[in-house]
Amino acid sequence: MLQWLPDNVSTFGQGVDNLFYAIYYITLIALILVMATLITFLIKYRYQEGKRATYIEGSTTLEIVWTAATTVIVFVLAMFSYPQWNKIKSPTSFPENPDVVVQVSGKQFNWDMTYPGPDNEFGTDDDLILENELHVPVNAVVHIRLTAVDVIHSFFVPQLRLKQDALPSRFIDMWFEATKAGRYEIPCAELCGFGHSGMLGYLNVHAQTDYDAWLQERWPQ
Amino acid sequence: MHDNEHTSHHHEESFIRKYIFSLDHKMIGKQFLIYGLLMFFLGGGLALLFRWQLAYPDRPLPIIGASQQYMDEGEVVTGADRMWERIYESEKEEWLEVNMPNGVVDPAFYNMLFTMHATVMVFFVVVPILVGAFGNFLIPLMIGTRDMAFPILNMLSFWFAVLAAVIMTIGFFVPGGHAAAGWTGYAPLSSDAQWTGVEWGQILWGLSLFVQGLSSLVGSINYITTIINMRAPGMTFFRLPLVIWSLFIVAILLLLAFPVLSSAIVLLVFDRLAGTTFFTTTAEGGGDPLLWQHLFWFFGHPEVYILILPGMGIASELIAVFSRKPIFGYRSMVYAMIAIAFLGWIVWGHHMFQSGMRPGLGSIFMTTTMLIAVPSAIKTFNWLGTMFKGSIRFTTPMLHGIAFVSMFVIGGLSGIYMANTPVDIFIHDTYYIVAHIHYVVFGGSLFAIFGGIIFWFPKMYGRYMNDTLSKIHFWLTFVAFNCTFFPMHILGVGGHMRRISNPLQYEFLQQFEGMNIFITMSAFTLGFAQLILVFNFFWSMSRGKVAEQNPWHVNTLEWEAPTPVPHGNFGQIPTVYRGPYEYSVPDEEDDWIPQTRPEHAPATGGD
Repeated sequence: MLQWLPDNVSTFGQGVDNLFYAIYYITLIALILVMATLITFLIKYRYQEGKRATYIEGSTTLEIVWTAATTVIVFVLAMFSYPQWNKIKSPTSFPENPDVVVQVSGKQFNWDMTYPGPDNEFGTDDDLILENELHVPVNAVVHIRLTAVDVIHSFFVPQLRLKQDALPSRFIDMWFEATKAGRYEIPCAELCGFGHSGMLGYLNVHAQTDYDAWLQERWPQ
Repeated sequence: MHDNEHTSHHHEESFIRKYIFSLDHKMIGKQFLIYGLLMFFLGGGLALLFRWQLAYPDRPLPIIGASQQYMDEGEVVTGADRMWERIYESEKEEWLEVNMPNGVVDPAFYNMLFTMHATVMVFFVVVPILVGAFGNFLIPLMIGTRDMAFPILNMLSFWFAVLAAVIMTIGFFVPGGHAAAGWTGYAPLSSDAQWTGVEWGQILWGLSLFVQGLSSLVGSINYITTIINMRAPGMTFFRLPLVIWSLFIVAILLLLAFPVLSSAIVLLVFDRLAGTTFFTTTAEGGGDPLLWQHLFWFFGHPEVYILILPGMGIASELIAVFSRKPIFGYRSMVYAMIAIAFLGWIVWGHHMFQSGMRPGLGSIFMTTTMLIAVPSAIKTFNWLGTMFKGSIRFTTPMLHGIAFVSMFVIGGLSGIYMANTPVDIFIHDTYYIVAHIHYVVFGGSLFAIFGGIIFWFPKMYGRYMNDTLSKIHFWLTFVAFNCTFFPMHILGVGGHMRRISNPLQYEFLQQFEGMNIFITMSAFTLGFAQLILVFNFFWSMSRGKVAEQNPWHVNTLEWEAPTPVPHGNFGQIPTVYRGPYEYSVPDEEDDWIPQTRPEHAPATGGD
């Protein structure tokens, strides 16, 4: 089933995928065991002429065993998940000194990408606003200030394993580092009105030289 | 039963008193059941409309859609074309013209369809049937009393539900259309008409749910009071059947959870009508969109358990009865349900991992959420334990019970993915979630409902449902259900977002076109299979084979009452001497012992 996952192109995506795989195999094994037991019981203990059910009220030992076993699995899984989650979502553990900072703003039904320009400050004259096109260099840390103007939207890049809701009048920080050049879709993943379907931006990950050329074109010096 | 004379004293009631404004818990239960089945068709029909759009985006619906020639050249070819011609020529704006021009589902209408599908299914089908129908019918009968504690409140609870359904239905026909902000109604999309163009629809949606909340409130107070105070002599808490335990716990959840939604709805309506800003941030301050999500899910997650716990209770009855064995670990089953209900209050944040809530909270909610796997596993293993060394009768209710367990296992296990914060980043708001909730609520609750209807039908109407039709319905439903919802896991892994009306607008979703068509075909099969159930239900009411008093040889008290159950239920209030699951006790001639049989009395051979 997991071959349907889109190719991962972010540095933290592999960590997400590893957890995905771990849970997949744990749940697959659990499913097979339960189903095999169920089917065995259904066949073996089906009604047969002259054969009575055995009166069993339960087993405290078994109850303790399966309670403890599930609890342990759950906590181990949680332990492995905390660091991955913090790495992706906790602003305190983001890589410092980003190569690119962009403000992304969702509005019915477009993504506005605002570049601060050479002065690295938003709200100045050299800002550049692009509709639905986000340009970043490959293998570089990108910080995004995510916001929305009207309703809640959700910034989703499947290949980056990144999704974050955009809230009106709030700025949420997120980051990524793309490892492969290409053009990726940025659908909106949170219902935002009649144009929700088709609200679509593009993430253009360029090789460093191409990105420099793009910068040069935008802010000629 | 030799003391039937006690029950014959009740006078003949007028038609209105007996069938409409009835105070009898059994009639109110049946009213809720029929109400739920009717709404089930509304909810299912809405789903089929949007499934068509997902499989064949922007193509006209079969039968009522206009032909290609008509859309291209205006040439009237089919009967449907003539209908559209009439609609376009008419002066006023027809409903169809606004929502489905040429029979093509409009994107705004699409949003309304899935919003109302979920709203109807959750609030007007699953809860009314599980809690309203089974709760009302079973509680007094199974605890051994004559009626609910407050019969008039009980009647009010049903008529509030009817009023809510009427208000909800009116919403479809108001200008601007019905609510279209998802069943979760996230603000600010829901709190300001300018973002959706929906004016009165959203307000009626809120008003209807508010009234439905009153129905639940009145019902739950009644259930709790009845179960605590009116149990038959000897019916201790730990002699209660598990289905009554589940309804008791659910009543407490409803009592505490629903007012939170009602309050949130009042704030939402204030935002809409009175210019307040509880759920929007303004230059002057104001509120916060996340407040709505916290309030909604603080109600919403207990609500999810309200949808599944009675299903677990019903499945437990079916599995014990048809395995002819006591419930394996009866007390663990009770404690597991209490644990699920308790944990239900501290997991709501898992709906909000990607919402912008503080990431540290995500880790806490992940831990509490994954802990729910523990009581869920306890229940699953105990169901398996109940079948172990049993003597399993594959009756149709039992098939539904087995389907419940196996589908609940899939739905439970898929829940671990989204409980896990890093994995949830990817699968949040995708079809993986849609697959999960349908495996729990359809695969779980609805199979339990079907099984419960067939199982208790002989007590409700004194007749069996037709078994051939029931079996055809079961197998069609089981296969079509899995064909509809299992592939949605794959869509989710592929990143397919939910709530989009046209997947073909996205490059990375092109590959799923065939799968979406397959899902839609299965969904139509699933939908039409339900016609068999409803036909069987109404046909068997008057034509089914007459059933004896206790056809399945069950221990619990409802089967001690005569069939059809008279007003007041029991001739003499029964005394309870033992637990509900004394099946296949060694050295007994029969493999069942009614709860009313004294500890040292000789075997009587049933009824």
